[in-house]
Amino acid sequence: MIRFSNVSKRYPGGYEALREVSFHLAPGEMAFLTGRSGAGKSTLLKLIALIERPSGGQVLVGGQNLNKLGRWRIPYHRRNIGVIFQDHRLLFDRTVYDNVALPLIIAGQGRQEIGRRVRAALDKVGLLGKEKLYPITLSGGEQQRVGIARAVVNKPPLLLADEPTGNLDPALSREIMRIFQDFNRVGVSVLIASHDHALIRSMGQRALTLEQGRLIGDGQLVSGESQHGQG
Amino acid sequence: MARAERRRDGGWLRNYLLRHAQTLFYAIGQLSRTPLATLMTTAVIAIALAMPTGLHVLLKNMQGVLSGWDSAAQISLFLEHNTSEQAALGLAEQLRGHPTILEVEYISAQQAMAEFQRLSGFGEALNALEENPLPPVLVVQPTLDRQDPQALQALVEELRAEATVDLAQLDMEWVERLYALMEIGKRGVWLLAGLLALAVILVVGNTIRLMIQNRRDEIVIIKLIGGTDAFIRRPFLYTGFWYGILGALLAFIMVELSLLALAGPVNSLAVLYNSHFRLGGMDFLTTGGLMGGGLLLGLLGSWLAVGRHLRSVEPT
Repeated sequence: MIRFSNVSKRYPGGYEALREVSFHLAPGEMAFLTGRSGAGKSTLLKLIALIERPSGGQVLVGGQNLNKLGRWRIPYHRRNIGVIFQDHRLLFDRTVYDNVALPLIIAGQGRQEIGRRVRAALDKVGLLGKEKLYPITLSGGEQQRVGIARAVVNKPPLLLADEPTGNLDPALSREIMRIFQDFNRVGVSVLIASHDHALIRSMGQRALTLEQGRLIGDGQLVSGESQHGQG
Repeated sequence: MARAERRRDGGWLRNYLLRHAQTLFYAIGQLSRTPLATLMTTAVIAIALAMPTGLHVLLKNMQGVLSGWDSAAQISLFLEHNTSEQAALGLAEQLRGHPTILEVEYISAQQAMAEFQRLSGFGEALNALEENPLPPVLVVQPTLDRQDPQALQALVEELRAEATVDLAQLDMEWVERLYALMEIGKRGVWLLAGLLALAVILVVGNTIRLMIQNRRDEIVIIKLIGGTDAFIRRPFLYTGFWYGILGALLAFIMVELSLLALAGPVNSLAVLYNSHFRLGGMDFLTTGGLMGGGLLLGLLGSWLAVGRHLRSVEPT
């Protein structure tokens, strides 16, 4: 699904966010991306969603070499990726329904199809019945679930999440993670950036660990923060 | 594959048109949410559109008045003092047979004196003169009009050659001058229209630029979830479209109200000149030009703003 080959990212000014990172995420696989703040987690996700371009190496997503993807094809690339943000990035002047419907409107779906899919997505995240509310009236956990519903409404084969539980308490965080696992179970590839080691350990999934832009670990997290087994 | 299916059942085009219609009404809905700001921007656009339009209508009216006088290009033939009435009338009769002359009117020296006394206000003072200083005059109405100045000039030369004619004068210099002035006026209106069109583009462009800034977050989110540039551009273009249309409508109302306000005084003036002249309103062509111009300028302004500022809004 995702293949990084010796990918480096150097920002203007010389800051090296990623150095020679290589890994492969198989279709239908779920993995965490971990490391301290500034280790390069967000940059790695941005390269996949083409918010940034690598300065070296190759990124393949769904078999497509992103280096060869022109600017005008970026929107179509992003439609195949559901992205979930720590700060939700919802539109606060629109209802929950309109927020979740946005990717379908962008893709030019018909009204009935939109209604059907939006309700299905809201049902999956447990927010059915809150379509008409505005995001500001929802709790942090509910807002995050609206963000997830928006990311999956298009049925993308790949989900990316950047610190999706960053602002949530442990119970809510586990609930969000269970939702991700549900999607993974039906074949969606999931890559989640998180620095919450306790949560990642409890999930028992593959974890890619970044430190100062280098990939230093790939496998399940075991006890202790920097030890990794090969998985 | 999904796209191909939509194409096949014909729903693709319907969805496309539906989306455009939705955006069109979404844009006007957004504008109506801030009625005061919208009204002020629209008013600025309307004033910029109304000024050249109003001047254009006034010029057209003046042209209408002039074309009435225009055909009345006259040649005055001042005859020799000693020309007898018989000789004058004979010449008049002879000229009436001329192919390019429509009508000849004879004004005797006495008639000329009487008219001069009446109009000049010298009245009694002129009675003190021992003899009438005014010559008899033939007023010649040519069939030619002012569009053909060379033929007119040739006729004047021909008449000047008549033995009894002292002086032949073409009474249209003032019309020529007025026309020259009107040409300047017309050119001025076009220049003004050009400058104000630029103003409309800038006003719309700046308004759209502010809109883009205010909705920066929304644009970023739409880009993140796969919105194309065309999708993001659309509501802004329709907003420019509405500003242009609304501005043109308001300009139309402004011009019509101004003409209504002018109609009374103009009528009084026309009565003083024994004229049936009435101030004409905006014709179909002018109205169409105003609407089309407003629409295009609105679209152009938003197009420029969107093209310039949308690319700078990228997710980070």
